[in-house]
Amino acid sequence: MEIAIISGKGGTGKSSISAAFATMNNSVILADCDVDAANLYLLFNPAHEEEEVYISGHKAVVDDAKCTNCGLCIDYCRFDAISPGNDKVIISEISCDGCFLCSRICPENAITMIPSDKSRMYSGSFRNGRMVYGRLSPGEENSGKLVTMVREKAKKISEKYGVEHIVLDGPPGTGCPVISTITGVDKVIIVTEPTISGLLDLQRAATLVQKSGRTPYIIINKWDINESVCTGIRKWCDENEIPVTGILPFEPEIVESMVHGKSIIEYAPDNKVSNEIRKIWNKIINNNQL
Amino acid sequence: MFKIAVASGKGGTGKTFISTNIFGALIHNDHRAVLADCDAEAPNAAAFFNTLHVDSYEVTQMVPVIDTNLCTYCGKCREYCNYNSIFILPPVKIINVIEDLCHGCGACSAACEYGAITEKPVSLGQVNKYLTGDEHIIIEGRTRIGVMSPVPVIKTAIKTISNSADTAILDAPPGTSCPFIHTVSAADYTILVTEPTPFALSDLKQSVDTLRIIGKPFGVIINRTGIGNKSVQEYLSHESIPLLLEIPYRKETAALYSMGKLVAESDSFFEKQILAVFDTISAQNGNCNHKR
Repeated sequence: MEIAIISGKGGTGKSSISAAFATMNNSVILADCDVDAANLYLLFNPAHEEEEVYISGHKAVVDDAKCTNCGLCIDYCRFDAISPGNDKVIISEISCDGCFLCSRICPENAITMIPSDKSRMYSGSFRNGRMVYGRLSPGEENSGKLVTMVREKAKKISEKYGVEHIVLDGPPGTGCPVISTITGVDKVIIVTEPTISGLLDLQRAATLVQKSGRTPYIIINKWDINESVCTGIRKWCDENEIPVTGILPFEPEIVESMVHGKSIIEYAPDNKVSNEIRKIWNKIINNNQL
Repeated sequence: MFKIAVASGKGGTGKTFISTNIFGALIHNDHRAVLADCDAEAPNAAAFFNTLHVDSYEVTQMVPVIDTNLCTYCGKCREYCNYNSIFILPPVKIINVIEDLCHGCGACSAACEYGAITEKPVSLGQVNKYLTGDEHIIIEGRTRIGVMSPVPVIKTAIKTISNSADTAILDAPPGTSCPFIHTVSAADYTILVTEPTPFALSDLKQSVDTLRIIGKPFGVIINRTGIGNKSVQEYLSHESIPLLLEIPYRKETAALYSMGKLVAESDSFFEKQILAVFDTISAQNGNCNHKR
């Protein structure tokens, strides 16, 4: 069973809650799908058992000696990545989308596509199961494809070791890496917070989940930051027939637990937030929303 | 125009908090400023101001349309497509375009030798233009939900700013991949917002590495000091990265933000601090946009 945790807005507590879910009694596969900003390895120090190269894309590079500055590639490029130079064209690495078209149409064969191969996917055991995580090299792109690779690896490991639950810690937003995180998973949890930004981003994230014909599970984290916005979130969820699965108060011990390299469940097992998270986990895995 | 991007690797550290407060403080002090919300997957900045929605521009991308009467099922378009968005089964004469995967590069059109491919626009989202009560402009990129990449919307939003003010504040998307890169590369300076936690520090390092590769100047604001630990400060001094401001964690600040209110409006000390950060950045980098 794949359980994805997303949020729309960043910083609402996805990773803290994923870490808690990953340290319940049963062993789990933990997949960090926030490949732009993978963090859970910091808490869990997984053993580096396997490492795979991830090709995030390609970048066009022009051969100065061959380029005649004819400008055909400039006409073809839809990403405004190529501009005329003094005696050869200039390709912007940032704007290049890696579509290969310039390299195919260049009459002088002056353009080569160079693979971006600095990103990695790691997997190995940690104290409560196995962990898979991707690390996108700074400045690289196509994080959705890396998320897919992380999920495929997590599934293989879960089959190999007979581990039932895969916890996917997702990225913020609603774009490509988020879509790749939730496509085809069994359960999607949205962690929100009672701020205007939290509500607006929850609405977008919930719409994305509903578009795929599913109902997300909602956790309102830090509900006591603003009780009236919290009520507003509950009202919006009611109106849209999305049950709120749990609410958690602002708990400084969660930050403390991270600083100590632990999940809240490990650091303060008797804290009321830990108890609440256990209840939420049981509701979710038993498919009992109310 | 001097453009400042407000970014962070980790989400939720306070990008929108900082960018809305800098913009609010600037316009309150009669600067000609524009705010551009480039977090097109989760745009929230406009919610912090009383605004009038004055304009909307549709952002589109071209996707192929295949005329099956002209198609010979040769497969060259499939071979040219680097995004797996053309599905073809020649023996049974099936060819389909998977629009969600298409990047609109036009390679298939260039590949087709039989004139079977034309293109049509599909919507990726909008760029919205708002006016605040005192006629300052807020630009907002908003991707259509379900669209893979926010980059075309972000690029259009940044183009829309044109030269409408002396200063532009760009509220950047989180992460360090394409949406972040496109935003910070358009800026003259980047403020990285972080918090004193191990997760935020790890993401900050990745943002710093990316900005160093791009070669853009930057500084750091640490939000919510007092929680977590001191490792961010230690990292900054070790790397000689300018620490622009430390903002202590206060429940009142969180409460104001949660209601969509600007702290700088009710806290003149904070407004002064934020303006001082802006002045420092401008004094050290303000000439960037005059270089050509």
